[in-house]
Amino acid sequence: MARGLAFLRRRLTGGYEVDEFGFDRELNDAVFQPLLRVLHHDWFRTEVFGIENVPPKGGALVVANHSGTLALDALMLGVAIRDQHPEERHLRLLGADLVFRMPVVSELARKSGATVACNPDAERLMSTGELVGVFPEGFKGIGKRFADRYKLQRFGRGGFVSAALRTGTPIVPVAIVGAEEIYPILADVKPLARLLGVPYFPVTPTFPWLGPLGLVPLPSKWLIQFCPPIPTEHLTDLADDPMVVYNLADQVRETIQATLLELLEKRPDAFGL
Amino acid sequence: MTSPPSVVVVTGVSRYLGARVAARLAADSRVDRVVGLDPHEPPTALRELLADVELIRADARAASGAIADLGAEAVVHLAVTSAPDAQHGRAAMKEQNVIGTMQLLAAAQAAPRLRKLVVRSSTAAYGASFRDPGVFTEDTEPRAVPRGSFARDILDIEGYVRGFRRRRPEVAATVLRFAPFISSTADTTLTRYFAQPVVPTVLGRDARLQFVHVDDALEILHRSIVEEHAGTFNVAGAGILSLSQAIRRAGRISVPLPEGTLSTLAGVARNVGIGQIGFDQIDLFVHGRVVDTTRLEREFGFTPRTTAEAFDDFIKGHANGSSLTADRLAAAEKAILDGIRRVRAGAAAGGDRH
Repeated sequence: MARGLAFLRRRLTGGYEVDEFGFDRELNDAVFQPLLRVLHHDWFRTEVFGIENVPPKGGALVVANHSGTLALDALMLGVAIRDQHPEERHLRLLGADLVFRMPVVSELARKSGATVACNPDAERLMSTGELVGVFPEGFKGIGKRFADRYKLQRFGRGGFVSAALRTGTPIVPVAIVGAEEIYPILADVKPLARLLGVPYFPVTPTFPWLGPLGLVPLPSKWLIQFCPPIPTEHLTDLADDPMVVYNLADQVRETIQATLLELLEKRPDAFGL
Repeated sequence: MTSPPSVVVVTGVSRYLGARVAARLAADSRVDRVVGLDPHEPPTALRELLADVELIRADARAASGAIADLGAEAVVHLAVTSAPDAQHGRAAMKEQNVIGTMQLLAAAQAAPRLRKLVVRSSTAAYGASFRDPGVFTEDTEPRAVPRGSFARDILDIEGYVRGFRRRRPEVAATVLRFAPFISSTADTTLTRYFAQPVVPTVLGRDARLQFVHVDDALEILHRSIVEEHAGTFNVAGAGILSLSQAIRRAGRISVPLPEGTLSTLAGVARNVGIGQIGFDQIDLFVHGRVVDTTRLEREFGFTPRTTAEAFDDFIKGHANGSSLTADRLAAAEKAILDGIRRVRAGAAAGGDRH
């Protein structure tokens, strides 16, 4: 009770710390994480493998596959690291500018530690020793149809690789299985998407038919596998070499794709326990 | 080359910042002559401050001869206003900011003995876009032309300085991009905004803000005149406050309004002449603005007090008008906890008896 009141007083008087990107550690630990943990543990029954591949300290770039219509996989990845890592590290996500265009959403994203996916911010976070999370597939990944599940999309221009190279930050590839089934996209109504200014307008078995109820994710079984880090200190001078950048991006992509297939074999039933 | 200039011309001395800079230069024994240039008569409150400053009542155009005739070695351009005043409006503001700068720099360019140029700019130079990085370094280019009139003026002013640097490369030109000024006594659009008991904000947005304490800004200005620090520098207090946090710390109450409503209100308010909030402020409150001050601290060997410390000083000077103060909330918290303790003690005593 006393702790709760002290928390409330700190919140009401502004007596808390926010970092330069807007990350509110206290709010995150007291409000966001406990809520997300319910989804992570009880709803998706997430199992995490290879957490020892996330460095105990210093900058690292976590690169994962992206899926699930709404970017819940990014949030679950954050919970996995915060809960399972011995140092309880925070994951600083890089989000599309669309996220920061939307009122309310943009501020929730900033307070939870995210920032706009751009090289200056990524490099600044990594060089100050933060753990940065990025999803190079972007909207191509989360907006793909259910029929294309677990097929990695294009990795863009590999900007994430050059940011890692420039700061000599290790890259940790991650495969996430489970997010593809939470809102299976059966069709994408493109004209409606264009009208609303969003990258896609999903039609799932429950959305938009059930209205807000269609926003409840299906309770699929999730597996998250962290792969061994790829060191980059020796490549710092080659950050602008497109061939090096492309090859490294491709290596990360191949690793994630192969790991996805392995994980899928471990999980014969998408909605099993 | 790095010796302090003997003759310094300061523009904008009819306003607080200009007057303080000129007064401090006049008090510095290394500087022989300080000339204040301003088309307006300084108000009586600043008159005393300017006792040792020679005043020339002229605008930049008329001053073009004066700068060369005086043998000015340094020009400090502070006649840059961040908001239109109720009397003269936006046209006068643009005249002063843009045309004034253009003419002053033309005059400075023709001054043979000039060695230093110091120009007041603003972090508004980075514009406001949703694709902006979270933290601006001096090399960040604005992604779009901002809609705020002050921000647009700042882009023009910096454009003129770029031209000046090309034409007089041997003059050490310093551009200082200041975060909004704050202190216990500073009177700006933003301090007036935070001083209101009820503060309008943008619904669904919680901007990251930075401030610089006026005294630290003066220190940086003084050093850039008497020392030599060519280049462009962000001047801000390290760290940030979110808008909601700043309002809570000041003990004010925020009223979130949709951005459209706020823009309309700002338009109406400006037409009526009570321009408390303009597009400059709305953009700031939607996008926030945070800058990196590494270059400043390395070059000047000086660290301004943090944004939180600078804002604390503002709160001290504006205690009245706050409703939800830290003291009151702490007292309320103590009262609740004491109450619970009493009830518990009472219950325990009652339990013993039975």
